[in-house]
Amino acid sequence: MENLLYIGKDIPRTAEIDKVTGRAVYIDEYKRPGMLYGKILYSQYAHARIKSINTEKAKRLPGVRAVITGYDIPDVRVGFLGDQAVLKRDVVRQFRDEVAAVAATSPEIAQEALKLIEVEYEPLPAIFDPIEAMKPDAPLVHESDARGRPLRSNILPLPWKFSAGDVEKARQESAHIVTDSVTTTWINQCCMGTSGCVAEFDSNNNLTYCGQTNVIFGAKQRIATYLKNIGLKGKKIRVFNPVVGGSFGTKLDTDIYEFICIQLALKTRKPVKIRFTREEEFAVLPPRQAARFTVEQGCDKNGLLTFRKVEAILDNGAYTSWGATTPSVMMLPISSMYRVPNVSFQATCVYTNNIYSQAMRGYGNPQAAFAVETSMDHLAEKAGIDPAEFRLINRNHPGDVTPMGLKITTCPLEQCITTVKEKIKWDEKRGKRNGRGVGMASLIHVAGGARVYLSDGTGIRIKVNEDGEVDVLSGSTDQGQGSPTVIAQIIAEATGFRPEDVNIVFGDTALGLWDAGTHASRHTFVAGNAAVRAGEMVKRQILEMAVQYIPKLLKRSLKQQKKKNPDFVEPVLDYTMVDSPEKLDLKNRMIFPKDAPDHPYFRTEVGKILTSGLHVGVGESKAVVAEVFWDPPTEMLNAEMKGNYSCTYAFGTAGVEVEVDRQTGEVKILKLVSAHDVGRAINPALVRGQIYGAAYMGVGFGLTERVQLVDGKVVNANFRDYKILTANDVVPVEAVIIEDPDAAGPYGAKGIGEPGLVPTAPAIANAIYDAVGVWIKDLPITPEKVLAALKAKGD
Amino acid sequence: MKKEMVFTLNNEEVIVEVDPKWTLLYLLREVLELTGTKEGCGVGECGACTVIVDGEAVNSCLYPVLEAEGKKVVTIEGVASSDGTLHPLQQAFIDNNGVQCGYCTSGMIMSAKALLDKKADPTEEDIRTSIAGNICRCTGYVQIVESVQQAAERMKK
Repeated sequence: MENLLYIGKDIPRTAEIDKVTGRAVYIDEYKRPGMLYGKILYSQYAHARIKSINTEKAKRLPGVRAVITGYDIPDVRVGFLGDQAVLKRDVVRQFRDEVAAVAATSPEIAQEALKLIEVEYEPLPAIFDPIEAMKPDAPLVHESDARGRPLRSNILPLPWKFSAGDVEKARQESAHIVTDSVTTTWINQCCMGTSGCVAEFDSNNNLTYCGQTNVIFGAKQRIATYLKNIGLKGKKIRVFNPVVGGSFGTKLDTDIYEFICIQLALKTRKPVKIRFTREEEFAVLPPRQAARFTVEQGCDKNGLLTFRKVEAILDNGAYTSWGATTPSVMMLPISSMYRVPNVSFQATCVYTNNIYSQAMRGYGNPQAAFAVETSMDHLAEKAGIDPAEFRLINRNHPGDVTPMGLKITTCPLEQCITTVKEKIKWDEKRGKRNGRGVGMASLIHVAGGARVYLSDGTGIRIKVNEDGEVDVLSGSTDQGQGSPTVIAQIIAEATGFRPEDVNIVFGDTALGLWDAGTHASRHTFVAGNAAVRAGEMVKRQILEMAVQYIPKLLKRSLKQQKKKNPDFVEPVLDYTMVDSPEKLDLKNRMIFPKDAPDHPYFRTEVGKILTSGLHVGVGESKAVVAEVFWDPPTEMLNAEMKGNYSCTYAFGTAGVEVEVDRQTGEVKILKLVSAHDVGRAINPALVRGQIYGAAYMGVGFGLTERVQLVDGKVVNANFRDYKILTANDVVPVEAVIIEDPDAAGPYGAKGIGEPGLVPTAPAIANAIYDAVGVWIKDLPITPEKVLAALKAKGD
Repeated sequence: MKKEMVFTLNNEEVIVEVDPKWTLLYLLREVLELTGTKEGCGVGECGACTVIVDGEAVNSCLYPVLEAEGKKVVTIEGVASSDGTLHPLQQAFIDNNGVQCGYCTSGMIMSAKALLDKKADPTEEDIRTSIAGNICRCTGYVQIVESVQQAAERMKK
């Protein structure tokens, strides 16, 4: 690739300086005059009929401005399957069910008022095990669906069924077959900034909504539908982000508290803020989808995979958010990790009275990759092949079309595996079974957008001001991943300005063009592609201006010099060097002839051209502005769940060395190498930041994290009992960036937001097996489980 | 019953009426509007609310406000020079990608500052221990530790 000035450089995050001085305005700091504070009363039961709600005492508390229940607002359904009301009026189906809400002049008063609300419940039989919930005589979580039609089963009518090739035939022809049961649990995303929003209606009932959503236009649409359904059709809605304190999937759906906040604002005619406590964040926010898998795989005598059959049961909880759609991403590793010609996959989502789930980094990939990649090691052992070699034999190749229809473009998986092997000292350390062991796992993930909506596009608008500043409006959002820096690098490269000249506004529906959301590791890829295109358009406009103004300004300057100094000898210049935009280039704010970049007369600072070229006079003045809406050339999944839904796919491999204490069952990670195919790293320091953070989250997923539910109630709603890693839990992690620029990516880049998490947990499980010979396939791998397995094995 | 309290906040003497039931965090955020100090959990488990009181990093969400009487309190707003020049720690967090979402950053910087103020040449273990009470979900701590190490280097010069 040609000389790049800013791509591939560790440009510092100067755009986010307010985060180190304490000036950044998160939802916590966002305030409006007269703003009230909302609090929500949740259910006391996992399943109960509400017999009565008395809010009189709460309403009388000084400072309380509104108390609302399901009887005070229209009975309108929300959510992906429309299976819940905003405030529940007849039946509660989980502990997090919202029963009433208060708006008051302070959060403390609102909290106090909640205690004064009297709710009488009649407990109903509840069900917490999805297997039990599938049985014909199980109590029903929902008696009817969103349209009021009676339901006879807790199984959701979702279409997660995929088949390619002939699994039965392949099974018969396999030399080796393994079957495993694998369980993953609920994981809280643990954003350090808790959830919150501020809703405010103007006198025309138009809504200004400050929320943390990473899908601003999706949120706007959901809110618009809700407003229409409560009788506020056609109202204007503006959704915008404050600085967001982490997302990791939590901001993908519009949560119930957001609709409640809107209702409180409507009722009080005041701006209302709801902000979760940490306890609420743990007990109420939908976590990562929990799943149980049965995975069966076979290979021939040479170790080539013959088939893969996976059945998943998903505990849907009491209502349906994006958790129920995680099978669309579980399909990535199940259908397309390594070459496997015959695949079948079926996922069944089951209502229970547990908490319901939504998205978390990797969506369904970490769960399914744990099933597939631990099974890979099991099968490798059965076939008598080293697991690293087994992966290499079956690896994906550039140009492959997978059973799901994914078109693999660049694919440095071989390099990822061999790099990890080398760095973890695989050949030296593998197979000792002496309490220390090494394991690995790989991943495939979408890295070129993900067409989950009809449009996977994004819009960007760039204007260059007469002072040489570059203002950018992006329809995307930033939740801490560093987009203000990375997109500025891309724009600087494409336009010829410097990153520090670029000023980007993200996350405002009133300003940005449509965007499908900052999810699926798509932002740098999709917004970057739009930025390159718009940047090149802007550059072209400036170069066209330069064709006119370089000679004009130069001649004027020469004339002045001549005037000042009669002895001045005018140089003989070949003005044809600058007579068309094709002959010029703009880099680092300097415009110059391509043939003579250092030309002493033609080389001109862009600001001079802009100042002269923009404000010319009546009827002649111009604006330099470009707008691009870019939608990647991909397909939505068809009825058979097949289609190339991303422009390109990311691969990667994690290798782990562990030490297992046979006395305590504790697992210590001695080394973690995470090698990732990123296409091209726009900003290597920021890429490493994504890999480190995701790998740590993967260690948590593997070893320590679980939202513990006892009869549907979250019992570890704090950081003491929900164990995420601290700086003292040292995991020596090495992030390896593998570059193989992809033609579809902006300067070759692929998405890297999620991949780091995906292979970590299975690599740990595989390393534990290598160390002590036990499989723990029920996450997290706690010391108790290791000890129990060692005991069962007779150690 | 409110009570008058005098203390030093970011090098300036402050006289303020406080309710003894308040925490120091409440005074800082809700009364004095120094909102750089964050409330990540409210129960002393996440460290987002870390400030320095008489040289020690403390969780201000647990710190009874009257305990601060007569003491020197430094918050993230008091870390940069009065002319706005960033403290080496702040600059290092920017330069080394020690910041992602930024919510833990104020607390991280305060914990690290309390360490560097006492120990100019800390080991990696010292650094990790100093920020062990500050939870970060974005970074895996790697580039945070690197940021503190670089700041320590720069401060020695």
